Amino acid sequence: MLVYLIKRILAVIPVMLIVAVIVFLMLRLTPGDPAAIIAGDAATSADIDLIREKLGLERSLIEQFVLWIGNMLGGDFGESFYYKRSVTSMISDRIWPTLALATFTIVIACVVAVPLGTLAAYKQGSWLDRTVMGMSVLGFSVPVFVIGYVLIYVFAVKLDWFPVQGYQPIADGFGGFIYRLILPSSALSVIFIALIARMTRTSVLEVLNEDYIRTARAKGLSETKVMTRHALRNAAVPIVTVIGIAIAVLISGVVVTESVFVIPGLGTLTIDAIQGRDYPTVQGLIMLFSFVYVLINLVIDVIYSLLDPRIRY
Amino acid sequence: MNTEVLPVEDDEIVKSNKPSPWVRLAKNTSVRVGGFLFSIILLMSLFASLLTPLDPTDINPSNRLKPPGYEGTLRDNDGNKYQVTARMGTDTLGRDIYARVVYGARISLIVGIAVALISVAVGTFIGLVAGYFRWVDAIVMRFMDGLMAIPAILLAISLVALSGASLTAVIIAISVPEIPRVVRLVRSIVLSIREEPYVEAAISVGTPTYLILWRHVLPNTISPLIVQGTFICGSAILLEAILSFLGVGIPPETPTWGNIMAEGRDFFQIYPHAIFFPGIFLSLTVLAINMLGDGLRDTLDPRMEGKF
Repeated sequence: MLVYLIKRILAVIPVMLIVAVIVFLMLRLTPGDPAAIIAGDAATSADIDLIREKLGLERSLIEQFVLWIGNMLGGDFGESFYYKRSVTSMISDRIWPTLALATFTIVIACVVAVPLGTLAAYKQGSWLDRTVMGMSVLGFSVPVFVIGYVLIYVFAVKLDWFPVQGYQPIADGFGGFIYRLILPSSALSVIFIALIARMTRTSVLEVLNEDYIRTARAKGLSETKVMTRHALRNAAVPIVTVIGIAIAVLISGVVVTESVFVIPGLGTLTIDAIQGRDYPTVQGLIMLFSFVYVLINLVIDVIYSLLDPRIRY
Repeated sequence: MNTEVLPVEDDEIVKSNKPSPWVRLAKNTSVRVGGFLFSIILLMSLFASLLTPLDPTDINPSNRLKPPGYEGTLRDNDGNKYQVTARMGTDTLGRDIYARVVYGARISLIVGIAVALISVAVGTFIGLVAGYFRWVDAIVMRFMDGLMAIPAILLAISLVALSGASLTAVIIAISVPEIPRVVRLVRSIVLSIREEPYVEAAISVGTPTYLILWRHVLPNTISPLIVQGTFICGSAILLEAILSFLGVGIPPETPTWGNIMAEGRDFFQIYPHAIFFPGIFLSLTVLAINMLGDGLRDTLDPRMEGKF
């Protein structure tokens, strides 16, 4: 187990190194002078020279890459061209709204989807099952910004129950913080509810035919206990996997949702940085998002072996 | 040695009881509903000019921000007045939203189909090579792992930002993140097929590698790839709309569903139609493609039935 754990953690290094190479080369391999691309159309040649110097473009590619990686390992992602601040400090300022949105979304999704999926499997073929499955196809297909605007229109503009847009830091009051997160998290959670409910249904269905479920019923356990203690627990591995897949979807969803609901998180920072050709910030953000993705997949692999003692490496 | 081939009587051939894939496809509800919806969107995009006389890029300042059903007058090139009805209202520049939505279907379908074809073609080639030649495999798959770790939307946005916003740039930028998924699928099929006795037999009689890949391996990838390609088409249409909506996609004057919605953001609370109409068409299109994909998967690849 320990050997597996160490091996699995070490496997993160080559993947992140390749991500770094891709991110690094993306700007360098684009036709044209990267400094001129960053500077934009209105730049003077002095501006371009300044940017070239800042990026260290006069050095060799290998030198530039090693320097960049070295700085990142020390927590230095460079300085933003646009805000003239260190990228690290900007990320740490904007990470909280994103984390809050993402966490709240996953919580809503799990709380709604796991019972729905289990019930659908339990009542396989019933109207409930068919509704859940039908809605899940719909949930995959309606983009998050359309859901977001429908929710804003109904619950904020027409019914006036929630604020239209905006975010409140947790320091300014917990109630207001949660209150403002409800609409964006609900909009973003739809696709995860679809994803998780479907997977829960499938894996619970597979488990329900097992002998130990019959045994559990035979010894007189209540249906609730059979479903939660025996069925769900054994169906957990695929459900956890799908939550891992969901993280990739979550990152893109966060970017769009933050934009719709004007939440000052990493998503809006990414869009601003890309539109402002703020390359150090874009690089830093892509590295961070990719790292989070790789890390969460690592955690899920480890959870596997804890959830299912049959999986041994 | 007896080399005579005995004639086979017609009734000796054991017929399978299973209906042909085409019959099963036609009987699948998902395929029927999805195919019907998709055909409507396809016809709409092909015959856009018959559905509206208006040019989706025509700016008309006196008809700005009108609600759906508004009747206005326009002048043609000769100065003659004529009546028009803005069925879905107009946007901030007075452009007819109905015309933009109808023509927008073209861009969405072009992007969806082009991305599906490109990523499946490139991914299949890389996957075949990686699955068959061990030394390529290690390098290529590590690179694909890295590519997959970068969130698709960020990779696509950065690629468009660097290469300049155009239809081609958007198509390529959306294809790149999809390629690793196809590579993985094809590679896993190749790895299982190359152990099959008929491949061993082909190797033993000296069949060249490219022929083995072409005749024995490639046919096995077709059904999973049709399914995968359908889903890629749907997600590409979504991603294109997201890019346009965020203002980093196809140039804003081009009528795309994402662009219409981006344009409608500022006045959303008073004129929600600029977001809702394209939103409905976008959702229906993606729904149609996903239903088609679900149905195709269930009929072409029974192992995957009911799986997510």
